Amino acid sequence: MDIHTLLDQLFPLNHEVKFDGCYFSGIGHTAKGDVAVIGTTDAAPIGVELAYRMAGEVLAIVRKFPRRPILLLVDTQGQRLSHRDELLGINGYMAHLAKCVELARKRGHRIIGLVYSEAVSGGFLATSLLADYCYALPEAKIRVMNLPSMARITKIPLERLEELSRASPVFAPGVENYLRMGAIHALWEGDLSACLLDALDAPQKGDVRSELGEAREGRKLARAVAEQVHHYTA
Amino acid sequence: MRSYYEASARERIIALLDPGTFHEFLPPQDRVVSPHLKQLDTPAAFDDGVIVGKGHLAGRPVLIAAQEGGFMGGAVGEVHGAKLTGLLARALDERPAAVLLIVESGGVRLHEANAGLIAVSEIMRAVLSLRGAGIPVLVLDGGQFGCFGGMGIVSRLCDAVIISEEGRLGLSGPEVIETTCGVEEFDSRDRALVWRTVGGKHRYLLGEAAQLVADDIDAFRAAAIAALDAKPDLSLEALEADHARLGERLERFGDCRDGLEIWSRLGIDTPERLPLLEAAQFIAATAERRA
Repeated sequence: MDIHTLLDQLFPLNHEVKFDGCYFSGIGHTAKGDVAVIGTTDAAPIGVELAYRMAGEVLAIVRKFPRRPILLLVDTQGQRLSHRDELLGINGYMAHLAKCVELARKRGHRIIGLVYSEAVSGGFLATSLLADYCYALPEAKIRVMNLPSMARITKIPLERLEELSRASPVFAPGVENYLRMGAIHALWEGDLSACLLDALDAPQKGDVRSELGEAREGRKLARAVAEQVHHYTA
Repeated sequence: MRSYYEASARERIIALLDPGTFHEFLPPQDRVVSPHLKQLDTPAAFDDGVIVGKGHLAGRPVLIAAQEGGFMGGAVGEVHGAKLTGLLARALDERPAAVLLIVESGGVRLHEANAGLIAVSEIMRAVLSLRGAGIPVLVLDGGQFGCFGGMGIVSRLCDAVIISEEGRLGLSGPEVIETTCGVEEFDSRDRALVWRTVGGKHRYLLGEAAQLVADDIDAFRAAAIAALDAKPDLSLEALEADHARLGERLERFGDCRDGLEIWSRLGIDTPERLPLLEAAQFIAATAERRA
């Protein structure tokens, strides 16, 4: 969905969002108060500047608007792949963004993620995956890597991967797979502003993704193994 | 002197901790393996490439994890990731002096990519929760495979990264960038280029690593002991200070195309000699010059 259509549907009461290249930020008005919006368009690669800019926006919201919910609308093809980004320590910038989001959460800001177009590996990790709850539109695309590249690197024939991906949610791209594995809390369909209002009231329970993944049978071991380590008597 | 680089994950744990104090959780005898590798006809490991447990460091209780680069490059799958999250959750209850993460990882394990990515996200949140509760998390990085992908982000969420010259820390590995963008973007076989981009010395100079040590397990141990009293600070003021530093880095070095240019701008004389220096000489030669 086009970002302008999406913002209109999420915030029928109005919104003030400023665009600068593939970055945008602003506020959306809802019946439950104002929501801060931070995001990207055009499957933006997240490089050092963009991660830094988003972190700065989160810090400014925490400083100026205590407890205002933050909606992350990040459309990304992943982290920017370049020698320069690595030279400057892009992983440090991604981690900084993650710390800023955690700070906001700790200080009472709800963090909501909505994957509306594309979410890929490092760009996903440093943004929407850090939300209290991450949602997605049904047509969104989520992946670590496409199957042909995966086949090349793992040296497993593409046909075999394609066949297995029909039964297993564990490696193939797809929103449904992330839903089954607990990383996507729910799909947003129909009245998106109503979905947002519901999310603004969702009970805060910490990280429930491994429990969800187990209940939905997409990740059968994650919760149980973590629990075993937690209580293992050595 | 025992090489950290050459040691296995288990050898590193045993040599880092006080003698005889290590107890493993879910050891290989328990045979908790990845269920996903078998269906791809890929061999599994009885510890899924990560060892977790508890022990003592300088007499103080710690929880510890070590990734085994020898198994799938230390990549994170569902079980591997869950062992790390479980250890971090346990630390919230037990409140050890610190959690030590001996990292060596290419990031997400592609054979179970979705599970690995979500696991890394869970590790990220667990590390931040633990630090929020005042328990320091220390990272040791000096293995053959370096630390990349999601584990590169995880490392920088922690209180301190202790790295050797041989250690590497980044997000996208040089091979990944070369494969995707071409050899002219990043020649992964140019070892000197790789080291002055993601190697321990550059990371230390940039402020991405807290301490640089020699490739010696005892040196890592001494540095970890010295870092035990780190006080996690994720306050608004602390993050604003980090933000200012990261902004300054972009301004000062954003147009640099090589580590040598950055080192030169830091005011280091004849930066091209830095790769040749031993850790102690290097630290002396760059004193007061770090970003």
